Amino acid sequence: MHIMEGFLPAGHAIAWTCISAPFVVLGARGLKRILAERPEARLDIAASAGFTFVLSALKLPSVTGSCSHPTGTALGAVQFGPGIMAVIGTIVLLFQGLLLAHGGLSTMGANVFSMAIAGPWVAYGVWRLAGRLGVPFAVAVFLAAFLGDLATYVTTSVQLALAFPDAESGFGGAFAKFAGIFAVTQLPLAVAEGLVTVVVMNALKGRRIRVEGAKA
Amino acid sequence: MTARTNSLLLGLAALIIAAPLILDPAGQFGGTDDAASQVVESSNPGYEKWTAPFWQPSKEMEGLLFALQAAFGAGLLGYVLGRRHGRSGK
Repeated sequence: MHIMEGFLPAGHAIAWTCISAPFVVLGARGLKRILAERPEARLDIAASAGFTFVLSALKLPSVTGSCSHPTGTALGAVQFGPGIMAVIGTIVLLFQGLLLAHGGLSTMGANVFSMAIAGPWVAYGVWRLAGRLGVPFAVAVFLAAFLGDLATYVTTSVQLALAFPDAESGFGGAFAKFAGIFAVTQLPLAVAEGLVTVVVMNALKGRRIRVEGAKA
Repeated sequence: MTARTNSLLLGLAALIIAAPLILDPAGQFGGTDDAASQVVESSNPGYEKWTAPFWQPSKEMEGLLFALQAAFGAGLLGYVLGRRHGRSGK
């Protein structure tokens, strides 16, 4: 989902930065508030950040014959809301953009929007909706992670199609082209991310129930 | 959810990731990010990149830094799970 350095026209780069910035600022405030009001959430937030660090570093092979990486942003989004993932995702993208030349500074706003905002918000929305519909816990976690992961890659395809519409078929044709690269490759990886997120959520939640019953 | 369900889910995830390698052992498995960049370049020959990364790690350095990122994340996650596990065992 990384748009590489220099691969967005200046106007688009600035626009995405302006769109993403408030989410990151509000997310940082929200994170501060959660830490102040519920210090015990510290560990779960650390686990969510760790999960995103691991998953977004793993470029995995897909059936399309190319490699792509999961995002891991749903774990934190369903537990604490999508806001804090804007902060955590931005940290990951800064590390990758500055030290790895993967992504970049000019495309940071767009990449933050796809991975740290769109993905977590979709995951959170799916999670809430599933809760209201009475979907079982594990299935809801799976769907949130699966669709959140896909949403990130669909967003990247939209961003590139907006910047580089096809000469003949316009936005639609370009979107189909980029989604063919990103979203199709991502399908099996998103399923895998969904499964792993369920396992980690089980591990985190299962322990907590026992901890609350015991003397800390 | 039992430990057995968890192992089953992890096994399934591993299978999904391993399947492409088994189905297409000669595959290139290049990155989608680079593939998208190439599409942009070939379908928009007039577009000039207006910025460039100020530092580009070598392939080995890139592997090192990605490994570092994953190790840091796994350490953090493992610390939290281990701490919980230790407490609940008491």
